[in-house]
Amino acid sequence: MADDPRGVVEIVARESYGRLIAYLAARTGDVASAEDALADAFMAALRTWPADGVPAKPEAWLLTAARRRLIDRARHERMRAEVAPALRQLVREAEEMSEHEFPDERLKLLFVCAHPAIDRGMHTPLMLQVVLGLDAATIASAFLTSPAAMGQRLSRAKARIKETRIAFEEPDRRELAPRLDAVLEAIYAAYGSGWDDPAGSDPRRRGLAHEAVWLARTALQLMPGEPEARGLLALMLYCEARRPARRAANGDYVPMSEQDTGMWDRCLIDEAERELSAAAARQRAGRFQLEAALQSAHVEGARRGRIDWRAIAVLYEGLVRASPTVGAFVGRAAALGEAEAAAAGLAALDEIDAPSARTYQPYWAVRAHLLHRAGRERHALAAFDRAIGLTEDPATRQFLLRRRAAAGSSAAR
Amino acid sequence: MQVMMLIYEPADDFRARDGERPALIAAWRAYYRALVDAGVYVGGAPLEAPSTGATVRVHDGQRRVQDGPYADTKEQLGGQIILEVASLDAALDWAARCPTAATGAIEVRPVSPTVRDLVESPDGG
Repeated sequence: MADDPRGVVEIVARESYGRLIAYLAARTGDVASAEDALADAFMAALRTWPADGVPAKPEAWLLTAARRRLIDRARHERMRAEVAPALRQLVREAEEMSEHEFPDERLKLLFVCAHPAIDRGMHTPLMLQVVLGLDAATIASAFLTSPAAMGQRLSRAKARIKETRIAFEEPDRRELAPRLDAVLEAIYAAYGSGWDDPAGSDPRRRGLAHEAVWLARTALQLMPGEPEARGLLALMLYCEARRPARRAANGDYVPMSEQDTGMWDRCLIDEAERELSAAAARQRAGRFQLEAALQSAHVEGARRGRIDWRAIAVLYEGLVRASPTVGAFVGRAAALGEAEAAAAGLAALDEIDAPSARTYQPYWAVRAHLLHRAGRERHALAAFDRAIGLTEDPATRQFLLRRRAAAGSSAAR
Repeated sequence: MQVMMLIYEPADDFRARDGERPALIAAWRAYYRALVDAGVYVGGAPLEAPSTGATVRVHDGQRRVQDGPYADTKEQLGGQIILEVASLDAALDWAARCPTAATGAIEVRPVSPTVRDLVESPDGG
């Protein structure tokens, strides 16, 4: 390990933050005080390591310092009697840790962050803060929330973990499936945060994509037998592989059908394919494996120069059954529009009556495209306007403005 | 709740309004349509360039008028839009979609119902 104490602190903070929090919080049931104690321990490390040298086991040193801080606080606040034995246990374990590695309990922490007692919208922000140590301002920007409001919501969620005594344990077999879904959904939401369109956004606006991939890798490493965890990683890897091709050299948006496949990252695609086949071998299909399979079908289509829209439409049929989200229904409509006729896609769009479709940009982008193909130019122009008005990414907006102008000139003819 | 989006634009965007960048006007037209169709638009107004206006103070009985805006900063107020939304978060979603968000800044502030009620009540509350 590097000799530079500040560098070591940074590496440990990056690699072990979640493990340290998980270890401390699993023993006290209190995430917020574990964070405070660990923050103090990191401060102490920055103060003392430059003079005393980096300890042989930096994580164990930090745990011991954090534990001391927790005990001080417990004395000070005369914490509930039932916490005291847990802290004594913590002392014993921390002392033994000079010889042994401390256990990785991040999986329990992931399940706590995505617990049904916690507001659904806070699952991802909690994970990003508690497992990765991101600050409230960064998380707030990714989710388009004011930093002050995000800070308050995070504090409330942590208070709830403590007050309702959410257990730090892996769910039993009966409730594993829904609990696992919640964890994977939260990780996927981190990937999609701050994106108008995760399939084609500006490479400069990576959002929290790297953090999300890291979380997905961690979740898979902790649950290697779960095909959906593997499917989620495969899905993200496919998206990451196409990232370099999503923008032209001048910054213009490039739709998937026009991307230079030579710019796709072969290594990432190979890894995604391997993960997807390994997941499929377990024969327990699910939402994320289906979404990864959709990506795979597009990659395969680009390779052969012909997209198999019928196969894609079939995968979407499975997806809307497994996960009936507006996004899945819009994807299904787009696939039907290609596999059959524009009218079939438009009929599928008309069947979507979710109120959220009114402000869902992809709904209007697909609708505009299909109306244009059906020759209904006046309606296409109105749909283009809705899509453009709902677009956040400037390059996507410019692309749609060009498409609208083209549709407008054929309407005038 | 009602919120106001205060739209701050760089000088380039003010200049582009003279039809120099039709795409910007097209983007704004589409954005306005999306606000109306989503049922969140209450009202608003775009403003002429800062140099066309003046700033007035009457401090200690002294009138002082200066050309242009109160402070000479890189981004200037270019207009405002009032939205009716469920939460500040919902307003931030709309602010991020504003065409000017890519080049300038959108400040989002809740309208104060208490002050408005006091000011608008005929007997002074």
